Amino acid sequence: MIKYLIEKEFKQIFRNPFLPKIIIALPMMAMLVFPWAANQEIRNIKVAVLDRDHSTISRRMTDKIDASTYFILSALPATNEAALRSVETGDADIIIDIPQDFEKNLISPPQSPHKGGSADIMLSANAVNSMKAGLASSYLGGIAADFMSELRNENGLVISQPLPVINVVSQNRFNVFLDYKIFMIPALMVMMLTIICGFLPALNIVSEKELGTIEQLNVSPVRKSTFILSKLIPYWIIGVCILTLCLTLACAVYQLLPAGNIPLLYFLSIVYILVVSGIGMIISNYSSTLQQAMFTMFFFILIMILISGLFTPVRSMPEWAQWLAAANPLTYFIKIMRMLFLKGSGFADLWQPFLVLCGFGVLFNSWAVWSYRKSG
Amino acid sequence: MISIKNISKHYKTVEALKNISLEVNEGELFGIIGPDGAGKTTLFRILTSLLLADSGQAAVDGLDVVRDYKELRRRIGYMPGRFSLYQDLTVEENLHFFAAVFNTTIEENYYLIEDIYKQIEPFKTRRAGKLSGGMKQKLALSCALIHKPRVLFLDEPTTGVDPVSRKEFWEMLRKLKTQGITIAVSTPYMDEATLCDRIALMQHGELLTIDTPANIIAAYPKKLYRMEATMKKEEVKTNPKVETCFLFGEYWHLTFKNDIEPTWKLKEIQPTIEDCFVEKMK
Repeated sequence: MIKYLIEKEFKQIFRNPFLPKIIIALPMMAMLVFPWAANQEIRNIKVAVLDRDHSTISRRMTDKIDASTYFILSALPATNEAALRSVETGDADIIIDIPQDFEKNLISPPQSPHKGGSADIMLSANAVNSMKAGLASSYLGGIAADFMSELRNENGLVISQPLPVINVVSQNRFNVFLDYKIFMIPALMVMMLTIICGFLPALNIVSEKELGTIEQLNVSPVRKSTFILSKLIPYWIIGVCILTLCLTLACAVYQLLPAGNIPLLYFLSIVYILVVSGIGMIISNYSSTLQQAMFTMFFFILIMILISGLFTPVRSMPEWAQWLAAANPLTYFIKIMRMLFLKGSGFADLWQPFLVLCGFGVLFNSWAVWSYRKSG
Repeated sequence: MISIKNISKHYKTVEALKNISLEVNEGELFGIIGPDGAGKTTLFRILTSLLLADSGQAAVDGLDVVRDYKELRRRIGYMPGRFSLYQDLTVEENLHFFAAVFNTTIEENYYLIEDIYKQIEPFKTRRAGKLSGGMKQKLALSCALIHKPRVLFLDEPTTGVDPVSRKEFWEMLRKLKTQGITIAVSTPYMDEATLCDRIALMQHGELLTIDTPANIIAAYPKKLYRMEATMKKEEVKTNPKVETCFLFGEYWHLTFKNDIEPTWKLKEIQPTIEDCFVEKMK
């Protein structure tokens, strides 16, 4: 009997003028467009340099900033007012104020009346986007330090006794070039599975409620569990197809292959699909119209995505938000996907989040069955 | 065949059914007649095991609607008031689907639906949502019949259907009756009442009377007169001799306390079910 029910579901999905297109378009967008757009790397910061020194060194410094891929030299204002105005109009994100006697201070010996061996510059950043301002300041700090050591090496400068310097050499493991896209792609796959396997079947059930067709099935010998399964199975199949599509695209476009075991990835995905379809079922049991179901879903999907570590690390959230994240199945699956994809973790490393997911699966699905009994 | 004992049901503050008792015999075409909100749909939903009553028992074909609901669902056919088939499946696919859901095939019980289905068969590849109102009803009836139910529940099957299709629909029901299927049908149309074997008049969750249409009409307690509605309402109502007056289209239907009003142009008429209903509602 379930065969006919599933056959009917597929017929309805493919006959829908809109649904098949969106089912294909969504993962394509997610893989081809989002990784470029949902990008937190800061590049192309517009810099205004207010050079009051007009010396060789101040000019070299300016050129060095301009040469960096992070910065665009957008203005060379003559006065402080002009510099501030360029920030107001949006022509500059950050102002570098190089004071008079910059070169003199830097080059003259330490004992001279000038400060000697050290000089100040001032950075003023537009902190409306705090992340951009913070990163821009630290990048510029790095460039300045770099420039200093360059000068020292050239001129055997000044310095009577060599300053102790700790050189930090960093090595980025698992994502060598710190490519944000690689960080995002596994998480975007999680998002796709959440939407397609959690929310589509729930909306489908609510629409049968709204159309009254569910009554016709309720008076038939079809068991409720059979009915629910016939709703879920098509979307499970579609979910696995979409995962395959996403993996193929990630491989073709970004040369990103999961470092871990691919069957394990599918297995854990299926466990996750069970969890989200449980959530969808709960929502469908409590709503009687599509509008209610849609809004409830928007509410939960927004919270789940923002408090899952998809964009921002959970550890930097306030404690209450970390608790919320701990109660969010998305958190665990995103963790699993990233570990599998980037670190190549095996099951031995993943059993903890796996068990948590299983727990969520049992919890949500029993809740779904219980609330369905109550409403039906 | 259908046995209802002291069924009550309320929704929050509304009492939808108040202590209803009713027996329907095997092979009967039984009508439940009442205006919107009388409780007809609630009663049908209880009998089809879709809703639990607050108190009382009901059995269909000897099966308790609560305890034996699984077996019950195999033996009944239900056609809800709203068109509830899959609009994006074709006529044929809908029929095939409902046959499959009841573990049967179209071929097995085709003789039962043949007369009805033949009329929509030319459109069998058309999607159900694109059918006209009358054809939708025929398809819905075919789907409710495909598993050869012993009892058929039709909730307002003719609401929103044109008069010709309505007439056809009732002819189909009479034919089905000859196959031995017990049919319970609800309708707000009084003129359809005379087409049933027996009817129950229902109002505000209560049964006013249960009898054959002829007996109900014969039991009308007064002589009924008809008069063209040329006079003002107040003038008719305030006449001291008038007991009841109701406007039926372009006529007044009147009863008098004792004597008739001699100056009016009156014609004695046979009461209709609607007159009886109105009389019972007082």
